[in-house]
Amino acid sequence: MLVLSGIVIIVLGFMVRLNPLLVVTIAALATGIAAGLDPVAVVSAFGKAFNDNRYVSVVWIVLPVIGLLERYGLQQRARTLIADLRGATVGRLLIVYLIARQIAAALGLTSIAGHAQTVRPLVAPMAEAAAEAQMQTGRTADEETREEVKAMAAATDNVGLFFGEDIFIAIASILLIKSTFETYGITLAPIELSVWAIPTAIAALLIHGARLMLLDRRLGAR
Amino acid sequence: MIGLPALYTFAGLVFAAFALGSLRDRSNARRLGNAAFWGLLSLSFLAGDRLGDLGNGVLVLCLVGLAGAGALGSGTPKTTSPEERTALSARLGNRLFLPALIIPVTALVGTLAFKAISVGGAPLFDPRQVTLLSLGIGVVLALAVSMLWLRPPPLAPIEEGRRLIDSVGWAAVLPQMLASLGAVFALAGVGDVVGEIAGAIIPEGNRFAAVAVFALGMAGFTMVMGNAFAAFPVMAAAIGVPVLIVGMGGDAAVIGAVGMLAGFCGTLMTPMAANFNIVPAALLELKNRNGVIRAQIATALPLLAVNLVIIYIFAFR
Repeated sequence: MLVLSGIVIIVLGFMVRLNPLLVVTIAALATGIAAGLDPVAVVSAFGKAFNDNRYVSVVWIVLPVIGLLERYGLQQRARTLIADLRGATVGRLLIVYLIARQIAAALGLTSIAGHAQTVRPLVAPMAEAAAEAQMQTGRTADEETREEVKAMAAATDNVGLFFGEDIFIAIASILLIKSTFETYGITLAPIELSVWAIPTAIAALLIHGARLMLLDRRLGAR
Repeated sequence: MIGLPALYTFAGLVFAAFALGSLRDRSNARRLGNAAFWGLLSLSFLAGDRLGDLGNGVLVLCLVGLAGAGALGSGTPKTTSPEERTALSARLGNRLFLPALIIPVTALVGTLAFKAISVGGAPLFDPRQVTLLSLGIGVVLALAVSMLWLRPPPLAPIEEGRRLIDSVGWAAVLPQMLASLGAVFALAGVGDVVGEIAGAIIPEGNRFAAVAVFALGMAGFTMVMGNAFAAFPVMAAAIGVPVLIVGMGGDAAVIGAVGMLAGFCGTLMTPMAANFNIVPAALLELKNRNGVIRAQIATALPLLAVNLVIIYIFAFR
């Protein structure tokens, strides 16, 4: 039971808003020590895992390119493009992005979009421009509206990715399900698993799409 | 063969450039903290395999110490003003999108084609890493095209990149840190204990209760671990296999696939899934660190209910 101390530390740490890096490290140390490892062994295990997981942080190499293009007005251009498009709304824009992201992910193309690659430089500024266009004439988007629209752009990227990728047979999560079940002598082909990702993918599109349409209605009333 | 080491070297050089840029930025009162933080991360990418496990552990503790002590500030690299950007975007037009599109297009082409390229019978690119490698190549191509076309000051990519990485700050390594925590949890057997507890609370023979504990357990445990991959083997061992599949004769394909997706609903609702929820809040400069999670809850909860119902109906046809 003591090994659960790490989970308690994480929940409490996030609640009192300590620095999350600090919370995670303390949780790792407490968990390891509760499991009977000596502190040096825990630090070593943590260090080895950090080194093995470096690929997670590789994505930041896109920032020099994105920043450079922003310097020359990429976000402004994304806004203009949407502002010139008649009938563009936040909801319609994000529904199109949601569908495109789901289809691309279902074909295994998960890293062609993302928060650093597409949401910050393109989708979020486009959504902001659409929000301004659809609000009642003469109104500009206030701080709260901007926050809501940008957060929804990021949320849409996540929903599209999560509920598209499992339709692809060679994605990590499908392979994990297959290999986990194999240890119990249950053999499944990846395709048997991935077809069962389709109903949830459709439900995700309907639920999130409906929320985006409701967002359009709320913005139109502002 | 070109593999992760080449990509890590490139990333290490990028972080080293951020560190040096921070060091000479006198507008940032905490420039030493920033330089040390990005410098250590650069060291990890360039020499992590030679530092040893304990050395890497100490490096991580230093990163955490810097972040925990509030040693990171935000630099103000020279960039263009909003007015200049509006003028530039009008002059350059939609061609500005082209360099930005090089990255996803290269990722797409690379993922599909790199496996086929071989030199003297051996693959040129590590076939297990084509996606990450094509991302790296896309970045290099896009950078080269932008530099030749726009002719910015030579240090501009570093300074602009530093502007963005400083807005993310220490959260940039949180996803990697959480993945490492998962490894320590696995070592300590946290999953087995959680599984025992979850397995103990199902009333005997009640199919709906068993499905509900499985689906909600996937979501809940994913929220704690920040990752459905950590939750799945645990919930499969505790409930999925012994109770639902063996005990009640459920369809393993539905239980596995939809169970994992119930976990993904949990991912949408937790700050522990930092790369999906906390990092974008920082990248988009949201005031509320949990703004993205708040936007996702009303999608995640109904979808979790849908997953529960799908398992209940279709796993036991």
